[in-house]
Amino acid sequence: MESLSGLWNRILSDDAAFLAVKTLVLLLVTVGALMGGVSVMTWVERRLSGVMQFRLGPNRVGPFGLFQPIADGIKFIMKEDIVPADAHKPLFVLAPAMSLVPALAAFSVIPFGPVVEAWGKKIGLVVIDLDGGLLYAFAIASLGVYGIVMAGWSSRSKYSLMGGLRSSAQMVSYELALGISVIGVLLVSGTLRPMEIVERQAGWFWQSWNVFGGGWQILGFLVFLIAGYAETNRLPFDMPEAESELVAGYHTEYSSMKFAMFFMAEYINMMTSSALLVTLFLGGWQLGFPVPFTGWTLWVLQILAFLVKISFFLVLFVWVRWTLPRFRYDKVMALGWKRLFPLALANVFVTALVVALR
Amino acid sequence: MATLAFFVLAVLAIVSAVVVITHRNPVISAMALAFNLVSIAGFYLLLQAQFIGLLQILVYAGAIMVLILFVVMLLNLRHEPASHRGGLQRWLAILLTAGLVYVLGRAIWTEHAAFPAAPAGFGTVENVGQALFRENFYPFEVISLLLVAAMVGAVLLAKRRL
Repeated sequence: MESLSGLWNRILSDDAAFLAVKTLVLLLVTVGALMGGVSVMTWVERRLSGVMQFRLGPNRVGPFGLFQPIADGIKFIMKEDIVPADAHKPLFVLAPAMSLVPALAAFSVIPFGPVVEAWGKKIGLVVIDLDGGLLYAFAIASLGVYGIVMAGWSSRSKYSLMGGLRSSAQMVSYELALGISVIGVLLVSGTLRPMEIVERQAGWFWQSWNVFGGGWQILGFLVFLIAGYAETNRLPFDMPEAESELVAGYHTEYSSMKFAMFFMAEYINMMTSSALLVTLFLGGWQLGFPVPFTGWTLWVLQILAFLVKISFFLVLFVWVRWTLPRFRYDKVMALGWKRLFPLALANVFVTALVVALR
Repeated sequence: MATLAFFVLAVLAIVSAVVVITHRNPVISAMALAFNLVSIAGFYLLLQAQFIGLLQILVYAGAIMVLILFVVMLLNLRHEPASHRGGLQRWLAILLTAGLVYVLGRAIWTEHAAFPAAPAGFGTVENVGQALFRENFYPFEVISLLLVAAMVGAVLLAKRRL
């Protein structure tokens, strides 16, 4: 035991070693939370859709069917892994990973809690506290489209190819509206570092959160919310899948764990999108009201606040999916370019004017 | 550490660049180009130019390459036999490449000791913003005007009937 505590003291005294250990621990926590979140979300999605369609949903495995994700996981692993004879094999195998890795990596700049103090050091609860963190999130998330496009192309099936083509057009188009809707927040905050953006939003929520008094970014918030649905390929914009026209779109030919990886990527993208929305517009881990606590009680409450806010938007994702019908493809593109894009630009102009005159 | 990262990135960048021009399949070429662009972004990060590195991924790998890939997939090119390899063009290409290698190599060889180290805060979002919007404000605005003109021109050419 003494050698262990000796090692720990050595790590504490060495800044570089401490940084490495801290980053590794935060990384493991984040990836673990995301993977756990995926399994919880599959259960939530199926149970909620059951409620909305007057049926039960999975309720057999464990209490309330809570162990259903474990059963699903085992099922995915046991299923036969089929690669179509005509497929371009290297890319067909690589595509699910190219979809999942950016989804996981993009989350690493999002602060899930405040800067805590432990062992005499200040530790920000974010995997990497990057100066251009927000830019990093968008840059990495924009690489996720390659997984879908490659899956569509390498399958050598016309449905998959159509799904891949649609996704590349749709995701590039909505990325513009998404990116520009954020500029308003950046103008108000004056920084690209997510931790600072959140720290600026301390205090009562109607005075400080960027969507309310902190910057009146209501328009930006709405554009980001809608574009987020398109970027994550969720209904009403799930053109790349569109099962009534394209069988299952880009992952038609995928089975077993490869299909599960696309599935996980979609859910992790939903979480990243919700987390970005919360961080930028809704105060991130800020509670939104003063509480008479300090220290660890406050920090735990703030982490919980972040989780509650994300959960709200995740449930909204499910809610919207089972409520709204799918858009027609040309209408999706028209909405992105002719409605959301000008609205986001108008938001930038108005915000810039207000900030300049302030 | 930085030297090791440099050599890994250099190998990745060169191999992917060779794949871009040698592979028969245009989709593989496009993917290799995307890979090449990401490894170039790695070089920017090594040179402390964080902002430009991230923009390189966001703009080139994330948007422009996806559009190129979109067009390649839409055209649905079959395996094309190696046909147009004109004699003059080939020799001209070799000559120009040799010239470029000579000029760049000489510049690096003679000047590499004179390169200053990056000043503190170099390449952060703030410093790039200061450089663009204060020190080089007018050239920046002229370039953006040029880009808008090019975009309007492209739309007009592609869409005769507006």
